[in-house]
This record gives sequence, C-alpha cells and structure tokens, in this order.
Amino acid sequence: MSGHIAPVRSYVLIFALLMIFTAITVVVAFINLGPLNFPVAISIAIVKATLVILFFMHVKYSSQLTKMIIGSGLFFLLVMFSLTMTDYLSRGWQTYPVGAGKPVEASGIRPQGSGLSQGSGKP
Amino acid sequence: MSDGIAAHAPLHEHAHHPALQHQFNTMEQQQETVTLGMWLFLITEIMFFGGLFMAYLLYRVWYPEAWAEGSVELDVVLGGLNTVVLIGSSLTMALAVRSAQVGAPRATVGWLGITMALGATFLVVKGFEYAHKFQAHHVPGPDFVFEGPHARQVQIFLSLYFAMTGLHALHMVIGIGLLSVIAWMAHRRRFTPEWYSPVEMSGLYWHFVDIVWIFLFPLLYLVDRAHHFV
Repeated sequence: MSGHIAPVRSYVLIFALLMIFTAITVVVAFINLGPLNFPVAISIAIVKATLVILFFMHVKYSSQLTKMIIGSGLFFLLVMFSLTMTDYLSRGWQTYPVGAGKPVEASGIRPQGSGLSQGSGKP
Repeated sequence: MSDGIAAHAPLHEHAHHPALQHQFNTMEQQQETVTLGMWLFLITEIMFFGGLFMAYLLYRVWYPEAWAEGSVELDVVLGGLNTVVLIGSSLTMALAVRSAQVGAPRATVGWLGITMALGATFLVVKGFEYAHKFQAHHVPGPDFVFEGPHARQVQIFLSLYFAMTGLHALHMVIGIGLLSVIAWMAHRRRFTPEWYSPVEMSGLYWHFVDIVWIFLFPLLYLVDRAHHFV
C-alpha cells in the first residue's frame, strides 16, 4: 500500500491555519456586520472543514471516485437544505383570499400561534 | 497471519501480502475500496447530523432574537478552548496515521494516546458546561427557567444545543473507544507500512467528528452575538 506520506511540517502548517481561522471567527463574532455575520461565520467554517478534509483526511490525494462520492454526498446535503427552506420560507406568500370569499390575513414566515409576543423584535 | 504467504503459495502463482483479502487483486485496490466504504459511512453520518442542522437553520430563521439571547448564555471561552483542543487532537491523529505509514509503532501509540487524552479533555470541559446549564435551570423541560422576552423560543435553541452537542459528544466517546482498540493493535505491532487501514479509517472518523464541531462552535456559541449588544 503506497499512500501519500505528507511531511510533518505540512500537518503543523494546516493546524496553524485552522487556529488562525478559529481566532478570526471568534473576533468577527463580536463585530456587528449586520446581516453579514452569519454568512461570514459559515464561510470560515467551510474553509476550515475543507482544509481538514483535503489534508488531514488525505482527500487531496484520494482517487477521483472517492472525491466524486464525497462531492455528491455534500450536494445532496445542500438539496435537503435548499428544498426544505424554499418550502418553509414561501409558506407566508399565500395572501390571496381562500374559501367562501373570506379574506385571510397575510401571514409571516413564522408558524401561527407560536406564542411570540406581537411587535417585539424584528418584523 | 505470519504463515499466510506459505499457506497461499500452492494456490497462487505469486506470493502476496498476508493482509490482502482474496477478493482484491492488489493492495492499492483494497486500500481504495476501504477508503471509499469509510467515506460512504461518513456520508450517512453527514446526513444524520444534517437533519439537526436543518432544524437549527429553520428555527434560526424563525426566531433570530431568541437565537441571539440563547447564544450569549453559552461560554465562548470554554467553547473556544474546546475548539482548540479538538483541532489539536485532529493534528495528533494525523500524525498517528503518518507514524503508521512510515512504520513507527511506538510513535503511533504515543500520538493515539495524546489524541485520546485531548478527546477526554474536550468531554470534561463539555461536562462542566452541561453542569452549569443544569445549575442555571437552562435545560429544556419542566424546570426550565429563562429571563428574557423570548424564553419559549430560547428553550428551542437550548434543545437543539443539547441535541447537537450531545450527539457530537456521543461520537467523541465512540471515537475514544475506537482509538483505544487501534492503539492496542499498534502496540501489538499489527500494522506495517504496507497495511495500516484501521489507523487511517479511525482517523477519518475522528476528523469527521472534528468537522462537526467546526460548524457547531460558530453556530451555537458565536451566532448573532454582535447583534445582541447593539
């Protein structure tokens, strides 16, 4: 079996990069970037996960078949997220009257009767 | 297995490595198959955790205020410490696999020992965090007490916190058990530079658990923290 043997130096370098990204994500979390905080945190986490997968898990040196299987697995994870969210986020869009001409109030994206006090927080 | 080559000699025209199973032609093909099978298992794990991340995402979109209130209750220092500990354990795990690759069983056992110690450290810190949550009545259930305008929604956040970190901690416990077996095998000199698949596959599992935490840390401890103080 002739697996790729990476030098110790490269593993330490990857570890150092992961530590730097961890520090960045903690610091950024205390800076108000408005709606950008969440995407920034997720992006840094994806970069860190990619470093671990490529170098610690040796996927960079794996066969094309292994890479394709991993990629398709992550693709179906995204399918689950996106299809579920398109369903839930678009439920509030149905604002036209239904039934016997009875007007229906426009509902938000939150479930009805959730106990959330009216008027508090963001709309 | 030491007499494997001799036993196979009458059946095969050429001798092969004793660790090579009959259904494979070469060690490379066997290694390829083992790696692919492990990744298929890890993909089922990704989907398993993915369901919880899906629930997290949906409730976060519904209740962003509660998410901000809940996440500031978590200890960033302990969470950050655990992140460093766990990524450090991934480094030592990678070095354990490397030691097995170059045929250094003593170093393999040593690195696996450090990896397990770091994993145990993570679990102890997690235990202190859980204990604090129980003392503060921040555990979802009949005793749940939370001061704030969105207490009911914060309870959903903390339910997901316990479900996700609890499932992650269970994977850590399984990982430590797995590594202790691998360390014992390495101690018994079961691995060679030609065959060390169990070390590498346990490494893949350990790194996967690390990746789950890489996402859990910002999503649970850091999310919307800045917005809470404006």
